[in-house]
Amino acid sequence: MQDFAASFGLAFRLIAGLDPGLFGIVVLSLEVSLASALAACLLGLPLGAVVAVCDFPGRRAVVVALNSLLGLPAVVVGLAVYMALSRAGPLGAAGLLFTPTAIVVAQTLLVLPIVAALSRQFVEDAWREYREQLASLGVTPLRAVPTLLADLRFPLFTVVLAGFGRAASEVGAVMIVGGNIDGVTRVMTTAIALETSKGDLPLALALGILLLVLVLAVNAAAFAVREWSTRHHG
Amino acid sequence: MASAPLLPLEARGLGARLGGHLALHGVDLRIDGALPTVVLGANGAGKSVLLRLLHGLIAPTAGQVLWNGSLARPRAQAMVFQRPVLLRRSALANVEYALAVNGIAGDERERRARDALERVGLGPLAGRPARVLSGGEQQRLALARAWSLRPRILFLDEPTASLDPGASAEVERVIGEIRAAGTAIVLTTHHLGLAQRLGGEIVFLHEGRVAEMTPSATFFTAPRSREAERFLTGELPWKPRSPESPSA
Repeated sequence: MQDFAASFGLAFRLIAGLDPGLFGIVVLSLEVSLASALAACLLGLPLGAVVAVCDFPGRRAVVVALNSLLGLPAVVVGLAVYMALSRAGPLGAAGLLFTPTAIVVAQTLLVLPIVAALSRQFVEDAWREYREQLASLGVTPLRAVPTLLADLRFPLFTVVLAGFGRAASEVGAVMIVGGNIDGVTRVMTTAIALETSKGDLPLALALGILLLVLVLAVNAAAFAVREWSTRHHG
Repeated sequence: MASAPLLPLEARGLGARLGGHLALHGVDLRIDGALPTVVLGANGAGKSVLLRLLHGLIAPTAGQVLWNGSLARPRAQAMVFQRPVLLRRSALANVEYALAVNGIAGDERERRARDALERVGLGPLAGRPARVLSGGEQQRLALARAWSLRPRILFLDEPTASLDPGASAEVERVIGEIRAAGTAIVLTTHHLGLAQRLGGEIVFLHEGRVAEMTPSATFFTAPRSREAERFLTGELPWKPRSPESPSA
């Protein structure tokens, strides 16, 4: 118990002292997670909306596939990206394995199904309400996609945050494709895994606390946005 | 905008089956737009379905909708729904959106949008988020949005159904102005007072068929069909039985 108390003490001192090693890891984590969330949203939001409003052969299969991809095992994604980026793989020439870019690729693949599946659900529900009115105004389903995305910006913002949360807390795939190289690809989750197995609890705890605070802040922001939007935009 | 005449609007043998239920069948009618057309009928009679078929929102399962003899659906028409769907943006931006979709750009777009808002009395609320407007204001915004498109014919589905009397009166005033500006009006309503004040032609639907099509003045004093008579006495229990109508 005393060890734990000492570890907590040290962890808080690391945070309060703005330990450069610690904050390097936090900053890198934020960078790759934001980049992957952004990339996943740029692709996933329009993809989900198009699947929601457009009728095309195989649409049901796409919806089922999107929903099943929600449960995509991270390590499998890690393995697939590893194989694609490794020297012998199809993208090996780019030399991206064990770089932050590799982490972004893996996290994007993990977050994309979340963003696409959730936004499809939101947009499809709204489309039922908007469909006749927009058709009456002369709006085609494809033209309705940006309209619906803009109109659903507040609920969709929570989807974006959910995607960011998933990216930031992901460990398996990031470990495989990033390699947890100190100062290069060491992010909060991989550092926690490493320091815990090394027995360096203060650093692991400090990172764990910061990760929790981050997730909490993200959820608080999502909640605040929803509250504000219902009050001001109905 | 095409200057070719778009009216008369004709339905020939029009029918629609929705989810296995025959919502409308064998509807023949002709709307020349000189007078407002008011579609009356009980709940489930097929009023909204008829309007959606004419406006082209649903495809008929039988018969045809002809615009001046042609099957092509003209652009210069608009519809106001019982519960308007407004976008989560300002009132002005809602009207501008409809104009943008219809290819009106730049200064012209904003000018026409502001003008439409002024006409329905929403000028001062142009910057307000549309979704926080009251029910009556939302319905007037929907009217402004439809009007800004300068339709030759405007369909209205129960435009006053969920409004209080004051808001209804405002909406009725705007409909009158749109009509005065030369747009043909086709509306469904439960509101017999509104139907009477609009005058025009009454299309009375009963169980998916046109039971009768009569000028308003005749319809309310001497309906030709037994169904309409029952409807009127049921809806207007205080209405004195007219001497020439047989008892139901």
